[in-house]
Amino acid sequence: MIPSRRDFLQTSGWLLVGVGAAAVTGPLTANAQTAGLPRQSAPGATAGPYPDPDFKQLDSWIVIRPDNTATFSVGKTDCGQGTGTAFRQMMADELDIAYDKTTCVMGSTDVTVDQGGSGGSDAIQVDGWPMRRVAAEARRVLLEMASVTFGVPVDQLSVREAVITVTADPSKHVTYGELIGGKRFSVTLTGANIDATTGAAKVKPVQDLKIVGQSPQRYDIPAKVDGSLKWAVDAKLPGMVHARNVKPPVAGATLVSIDESSVRRLPGFIKVVSKGNYVAVVCEREEQAIAAAKQLKVSWQKPTTPPFPASEDLFTYMRSATPTSSQRPNIVGDPDAALAAAVTVVEADYDVPFQGHTAFAPAHAMADPSNGQMTIYSNDMKSYGMRNGVATFLNMPRDRVRVVWMEGPQGYGRTAADDAGFEAAYIAKEIGRPVRVQWMRNEETAWDTKGPAFAVKMRGGLDAQGNLVALEYDARAADYNHVGYNEPETVLIAQLMGVRKATPAAGSAATPSHMYSIPNQRITAHVVGLPMIWETPVRTGNLRDPNGPQSTFAAESFIDEVAAAAKADPAAFRMKLLTASTADDSGFKRARSIAVIKAAVDAYGWDARPSPKPRGAGAGEILTGRGLAYSFRGQTVVAEIAEVEVNRRTGRVWVKRLVCAHDCGLVINPEALRRTIEGGMLHSISRALHEEVQFDTEKVTSVDWTSHPSLTHADTPEKIDVVLVNGDPNPKRPDLPHYGAGETTCKPMIAAVANAIYDATGVRLRRVPFRAARVLAALKEAGV
Amino acid sequence: MSNIALKVNGRSHTVDVEPSTPLLYVLRNDLGLQGPRFGCGLGQCGACAVIINGIATRSCITPVSSVRAEVTTLEGLATGGTLHPLQQAWIDEQVPACGFCQNGQIMTAKALLDKNPHPTDAQIREGMARTLCRCMTYYRVQAAIRRVAKGVA
Repeated sequence: MIPSRRDFLQTSGWLLVGVGAAAVTGPLTANAQTAGLPRQSAPGATAGPYPDPDFKQLDSWIVIRPDNTATFSVGKTDCGQGTGTAFRQMMADELDIAYDKTTCVMGSTDVTVDQGGSGGSDAIQVDGWPMRRVAAEARRVLLEMASVTFGVPVDQLSVREAVITVTADPSKHVTYGELIGGKRFSVTLTGANIDATTGAAKVKPVQDLKIVGQSPQRYDIPAKVDGSLKWAVDAKLPGMVHARNVKPPVAGATLVSIDESSVRRLPGFIKVVSKGNYVAVVCEREEQAIAAAKQLKVSWQKPTTPPFPASEDLFTYMRSATPTSSQRPNIVGDPDAALAAAVTVVEADYDVPFQGHTAFAPAHAMADPSNGQMTIYSNDMKSYGMRNGVATFLNMPRDRVRVVWMEGPQGYGRTAADDAGFEAAYIAKEIGRPVRVQWMRNEETAWDTKGPAFAVKMRGGLDAQGNLVALEYDARAADYNHVGYNEPETVLIAQLMGVRKATPAAGSAATPSHMYSIPNQRITAHVVGLPMIWETPVRTGNLRDPNGPQSTFAAESFIDEVAAAAKADPAAFRMKLLTASTADDSGFKRARSIAVIKAAVDAYGWDARPSPKPRGAGAGEILTGRGLAYSFRGQTVVAEIAEVEVNRRTGRVWVKRLVCAHDCGLVINPEALRRTIEGGMLHSISRALHEEVQFDTEKVTSVDWTSHPSLTHADTPEKIDVVLVNGDPNPKRPDLPHYGAGETTCKPMIAAVANAIYDATGVRLRRVPFRAARVLAALKEAGV
Repeated sequence: MSNIALKVNGRSHTVDVEPSTPLLYVLRNDLGLQGPRFGCGLGQCGACAVIINGIATRSCITPVSSVRAEVTTLEGLATGGTLHPLQQAWIDEQVPACGFCQNGQIMTAKALLDKNPHPTDAQIREGMARTLCRCMTYYRVQAAIRRVAKGVA
């Protein structure tokens, strides 16, 4: 059935004025639309089912309204980086329409094509291309329509801001809205898959893009500062009730019995929902559910063997465990012979603990089981995966499940394994009413997915001239049974209900990502598992550049250690390793690596000398130093410099100044990019200085912002300089790619801080985080 | 349950809830004011901040029955359709990333500037230190506060 235009508009992610009244009782009442934001979906307007939007139809991507405005439907989610604004810029440019005449709808599974939601910082790099191509195709189709209208060939027409004019007779003009507003394009696109979607039109050369490269303010911000935005936490429906989970008190505990009488008389009590070791309490009001979950008496049987070593024993355990898998070693030259012949051999071990996502708000979702469908209002960054996962989990047809994506607290990978959405859907199906689930703080901090701990051993050999002739990197990551993306077998509710994947995910251990030319290398990486791999709070998932900060902490700290052994300036030492080769890849990563290091060093005003900084006799309580580290992720290259103050009396480290030189190719929105870079660097400084998931042999003991501290305003650098670099050897090429931004920034920062602390104090910290007590102990031991 | 009178953003309300109910849930679920949000329920992060008697108060640990003065929420900062200077500075500086914590940042900054219109950088750091952001927008939050502090000068 071909939907009518009215149906089409209603299901295309925005509503005609007047139809919007249909949502008065919906969860998005008085939503962001009143603040100029598009409606993210149309609750209540469609009762389902919810078939997939057809990516081969231009109408699935772009709607042009009679008032000559356009709405773009993007199958991504925005975790606060401004990707929605960037998509509008790219698509408005290709379509030839003013930026402020466009809106963007993102992430809801019934109204946007499945582009995977967000992950891997790939929105601009990967999805930017199909979005540009479909917008270019819409422009081409509109020009053909105008050609028919005016009876002149397309090449005699010109376009400006959604108005097509006969070039020879400017009195003849027509708007996009007049041509197509209220009608479907009905244009079929081609492409083997969604990423390859294209029409007949070609995208514009970079030089013809006018909105790309500007910095329009992010459209989502006004509603975030005036309180009008409706977030996923705000989703509300008539008859909605509240649920809270009751987690096992220790990892691996088995439920013996539930004493429902302990809560039955509490006000608002509705039901205890339980299966296997999963337990939740449902009440009419939110505070009632919180109280009931606290008061519910549940008997648990502790496991007979400890689920994991205590966090203080973690690295000893990891180094002695038998790996669950090992990558095939990557060997260049003859590292054994080179190390044997080296004049100086440097060895070092680096440890990074489990670090949590510790999202600013705990996991949450609301699920509505009305009409035999299941609608989940969620901030899941991979909403499409949640829809598929929930359909399987509840044994419902896919087209009866939809996820309405709404904004939430950051992303960083946590909501790719979105437990609360599955829980809300399960409980809603059980009780037949809309249910809102939210985790409590201690539950989130203890039980969220964790970035894997790493134990890395490195060795390097220098020849008599101080050249690095051999490098060994050997990593162990505690990453066995890494949680998948919204998998019905690995979300926590499924695990607690006893679901087991036949083959646990192997996990992974990253290797260094640099372009140094080192003639002899051995790069090895292994995964190890903790004793308990199911129903454990120490479960790994993707945390912002999943393994990059850990592996780069080791690799880029070690390059500094080797440079110090060679008595070389750390920046010059790196440049020598980069310029020792002339080979480059198609992304020019070597040339661009050199460009970002040069740019960072220049912007900082780098004082070339070996580390550590010579300390005069009169040095006071505060020691200062600077450290550099560099890395790429995918095709994006960054070099970062941290300047620190180390307090000799307290051990406190303050990163006072930061420089980042960042090359992600074509920049769409420089100001939004700068802020993304700033936030990414500070998040990594938080990981460098504060964050560690601690546990005893029964449970996670990091449960709130006191036991799991985070960076605060007091830690904020005094000055941050971001230099946006285009290090492409042919920087003006018309097809200059737009690479991803976000996670790359997180990668080298922990090493940059460690290198700066060494420069300041001469003390090398090889165990993250550099909390004041650990720093103080290291300084005392070294007599600093 | 009992009837409790509240004045919020200039309006009077009576709600029928348990007296111990945290103010946060009454604001969000009974009065439809969703500027304040749940972040920790422990008074550690600031997501739930509202202003009572000029003090940025953590509504997640404030029993509704203990509230004796008018409550101002994020929704109550704008006057006559004009954003509060802090809200405007937040837009001008493009402060938020995900934005979830920004209620706490803005409300805490307002209480800070109401008490001390010209804070030093150190006073801004100290005054904001217990208001967390996991997107780490602190650098821009502080820049936005300085914008307003200078504007008032």
